[in-house]
Amino acid sequence: MNIKLRSFVLACIGAVTIQNVCATSGTLDKIKSTGTVTMGVRESSIPMSYTTGDSRFDGYHVEVCRMILANIKDNLKLSTLRINYQPVTSQNRVPLVQNGTVDIECGTTTNNMARAKDVGFANTLYVEEVRIAVKANSGINSIDQLAGKKVATTTGTTSVQLLRKHEKANGVNFDEVFGKDHADSFLLLESGRADAFVMDGSILAGNIANSKNPKDYRIVGEVLSTEPIAIMVRKDDPEFKAAVNDAITKIVKNGNMPKLWNKWFLQPIPPKNIIVGLDLSPATKNAWANLNDKPAEDYQKK
Amino acid sequence: MSLDVGVFCKSTLDGEVVDHCFSALFGLGQNADPSYLDWLMKAWGWTLAVAGLSLIIAIILGAFMGTLRTLPVTNGMNRVLVRFSTMWVELFRNIPILVQVFLWYHVIPAFILPLKALPSYWLVSIALGFFTSARIAEQVRAGIQALPSGQQMAATALGLTTFQSYRYIILPMALRIVIPPLTSECMNLVKNSSVAFAVSVPELTLFAMQAQEETSRGVEIYLAVTFLYALSAFTVNRVMSLIERRTRIPGFITASSDAVLAH
Repeated sequence: MNIKLRSFVLACIGAVTIQNVCATSGTLDKIKSTGTVTMGVRESSIPMSYTTGDSRFDGYHVEVCRMILANIKDNLKLSTLRINYQPVTSQNRVPLVQNGTVDIECGTTTNNMARAKDVGFANTLYVEEVRIAVKANSGINSIDQLAGKKVATTTGTTSVQLLRKHEKANGVNFDEVFGKDHADSFLLLESGRADAFVMDGSILAGNIANSKNPKDYRIVGEVLSTEPIAIMVRKDDPEFKAAVNDAITKIVKNGNMPKLWNKWFLQPIPPKNIIVGLDLSPATKNAWANLNDKPAEDYQKK
Repeated sequence: MSLDVGVFCKSTLDGEVVDHCFSALFGLGQNADPSYLDWLMKAWGWTLAVAGLSLIIAIILGAFMGTLRTLPVTNGMNRVLVRFSTMWVELFRNIPILVQVFLWYHVIPAFILPLKALPSYWLVSIALGFFTSARIAEQVRAGIQALPSGQQMAATALGLTTFQSYRYIILPMALRIVIPPLTSECMNLVKNSSVAFAVSVPELTLFAMQAQEETSRGVEIYLAVTFLYALSAFTVNRVMSLIERRTRIPGFITASSDAVLAH
């Protein structure tokens, strides 16, 4: 009994060690030898990365990643490359990339210094701007008009802290209401319990596009904060990160990015043919022109 | 895994360590910007406020509905009251608590417009109070029905009306019997108050979700929140057991084993 147990424990330790060896060996070698790659995707981050039903995934970042992987496939001279899609959440995306379950994560991950300790980030192709959504007939045009008004935001996001900082810096006071998720926060705006919804621009645009009457809402005011959203890869594999960045450079040089933006942010997208309607921001345009992997902290300094 | 308790001394605005971490708690110092500890205490206050208000609603309504359910069906009025209280209990204990909270927050104010002006603190307390009142009503009914039927008969023989027999004979006995299950119900209420985060009451659960995102120190934050929930529930437990001992009548059902030993 004891011997059996011991050998079982040893086998487990062995398995863990082998897994670690797999994780540290080059992702490129793994792709070449197995002919498959695992892409981490989000379930409902419209239009960046989301499911269109039947375990199919699509979106701005997902399409970029498919282009990157196609480029890598050509470089490795593989005839076929099978892409496995692995849905991830905000909580598990970093661990899954670290332990090798996911080779390349194409979701909505902010590149910041805390995460950069654990994972690597490819060059930024999308810069998120925190904005304000209001009802079109509310007459609110800037954050100054929100003093004393009810402002909705989602629990567990950086926007909550952002609002707090703004209150302190400008000596104003918001009456904050917290939704438990983005849909809930939008419902607060829709039902009139909140006068404004402060959140990432793409999330606001996606929720407005999905609402009953998209024309009733507007995204207004100054940009409250900017954050680079980047494709995530393993930290200990600079070779793979370089291959991804080379592919990104090629995609940008070929002039694909404005087309991709047009496709995902300005045209009707599957599955419900909604139009997100978010114009290309100067910050994102700048990121394409000067490819870099600077963390969010560098954006705040400007 | 090392714990960094220092996270609670950091400012909620810039993440720098504040000047008066613990002294601010006792009013000795004043922080320029609130620290996570200050916020945690405020959140605890909200949790206790929600639990307290819903407890008041739940005990009053629960005792009332539980009593109505045991009324003797001797006339039409009583029959209506029994049906009404039965419906009340079945309605509020058959819907999940989170769904009830959303009903009170999103759905009912859409039909009863004045409710829109009520802050979410009140709405969630009503939801929790009604939900718990259904459970307390059943315990009170059980307490009343546990009494020997001779008590009710003796009251009637003395010429007491139904109201008087409940007021002077039945309820003083029955309410003492149900104190132990009521204790669990009150403790449950403290823990159930965590659903208030879903309707934007800044209580402990909302604090935990938000602060762990801001500080990336989830383990420390959740440990602190767990401790405060446990402490609150345990305090309720002690208070209830004090009430149980104080209201005990030696020689009756609630006189527990030590009273028996004294004989």
